[in-house]
Amino acid sequence: MDLKELYQEIILDHGKNPRNLGKFENFNKDAEGYNPLCGDKVHVYLKLNEDKEIEDISFEGHGCAISMASASIMTELMKDKKNLEVKEILNDFLDMIKQSPELKSQLIKEDEKTKLMSLSGVKRYPMRVKCATIAWHALASAMNYKKDENNSEKFI
Amino acid sequence: MSLKNIKKQFPIFSNKIQNNDLVYLDSANSSQKPQVVVDRIYDFYTKEFSNVGRSIHYLAVAATNLYENTRTLVQKYINAKDKNEIVFTKGATEAINLVANTFGQKYLKEGDEVLLTELEHHSNYVPWHYLRKSKGVKIKFAEMDENGDVTLETIEKNITDKTKIIAITHLSNVTGAILPVKEITKLAHSKNIPVLIDGCQGAPHLKLDMQDLDCDFYAISCHKMYGPTGLGILYAKKKWLEELPPYQGGGGMIREVKKEGITFGELPNKYEAGTMATAQVIAFGESIKFINKIGIENIEKHERELTVYGEEVLRKNNSVKLIGNPKDKGSVLSFTLDGVHPHDIATILDEDGVAIRAGHHCCQILHEKLGLSATARASLGVYNTKEDLDQLNESLNKCKKIFS
Repeated sequence: MDLKELYQEIILDHGKNPRNLGKFENFNKDAEGYNPLCGDKVHVYLKLNEDKEIEDISFEGHGCAISMASASIMTELMKDKKNLEVKEILNDFLDMIKQSPELKSQLIKEDEKTKLMSLSGVKRYPMRVKCATIAWHALASAMNYKKDENNSEKFI
Repeated sequence: MSLKNIKKQFPIFSNKIQNNDLVYLDSANSSQKPQVVVDRIYDFYTKEFSNVGRSIHYLAVAATNLYENTRTLVQKYINAKDKNEIVFTKGATEAINLVANTFGQKYLKEGDEVLLTELEHHSNYVPWHYLRKSKGVKIKFAEMDENGDVTLETIEKNITDKTKIIAITHLSNVTGAILPVKEITKLAHSKNIPVLIDGCQGAPHLKLDMQDLDCDFYAISCHKMYGPTGLGILYAKKKWLEELPPYQGGGGMIREVKKEGITFGELPNKYEAGTMATAQVIAFGESIKFINKIGIENIEKHERELTVYGEEVLRKNNSVKLIGNPKDKGSVLSFTLDGVHPHDIATILDEDGVAIRAGHHCCQILHEKLGLSATARASLGVYNTKEDLDQLNESLNKCKKIFS
């Protein structure tokens, strides 16, 4: 049953048919996430407006079902989000993937929570956590977020 | 000795791994350890421990003899001319670094070429890369063909009058290609070029004869040969070990140390600075005895039969694509599965107790050439059986089902 938890329908669907895949023309920020252990790459492209709001987002890359699905779900969720919203959701997701049993942010709608929680199965597979977070770290880097000095798990 | 019950000699197979019988198909990464090797480490630490080559008390003398006994066992196993041609290192990686560093320091200058192949593991590329930085040395890669082979002709084509050393794998850890190392060495020597062979995958699976092979350097990883981690071997012709400068400085490798100068010790101490991996060396003697008892020829025959069987089984599975079809192939089965990333394969197989490796296997140059970021790899050892390969295939079908 553990495998079913890891490879849920939502993940298999997003893994096979990733949304927002491919570079778009007028991006103004981008960053690459790379897992040296496996060679998987996820490149995130953003169009930010003057208020650092995400007007458009996409990704390119190759990797396992988990990393592709995570990137796909993330891009769907982050479109039209404001800077502080992006940061809050990002930290909430990373916290959930690593330790917290649930997502706490009020900014995430119920149906979005279901999608994100479908990735929570990786908790049982420590070697795969990186797969689920690679796109999110690339996003943090494209948004210019820095790691909190007192809590390396958190972006500020 | 029958190979049928060989698994019983490896304690790990008597334990359940996550409630499954272990199907271990990751021996190219590291092999499991027979009971005799595990016991030898325990016995040495409980009854015989002392440092070697220094003190003159009873335990020190006995431990020194045990340590040197392994050197002799290795010498005989690879048919080296002299026991002092065997240098213990912390791994094959250190063995190659030792040669790249000392040979590079003494003999290489700007514009000189080091010839590698596209098959090389990072450990036979990165050590040479430093010479690019420090000396302006050029690194060339002999091309892999569509079968995953590097031929003698390709090597010859890449040799120039600037080629100062050739460093090649004996057996590719991805395509399984066994290179014609004897012919390559002969060719290189006809042009006065020394040859280093990365024998990490060769030594555990193929009969070795250094005098017949005639290579200048041969690097061995002991943990891939049913031995302990933290130990490797550099075989080098005596003239090189005498000519090349020491690698690391420290205790045990000196003759006389004065404020105004230092003289270095004789072989093999010259290259064994500091306290060595004593228990590992002594236990590795048991690994050699274990292999000798079965006979490396029998191990090779067994693994070749299994490789052919594994290829047959995987070829019948329509979704599997085997990587590499070399002329002479070692017991490595690299593959991809339609629509399933190698990491997902590895996770799903693991759930059935099937341990494989997924990724670039420390061969990014090779994977770039293949146009793949990752492959899955099942690699064999003496303990594997046809049933293991059947289980692999069955679990691969499970992957297909999940991703269908």
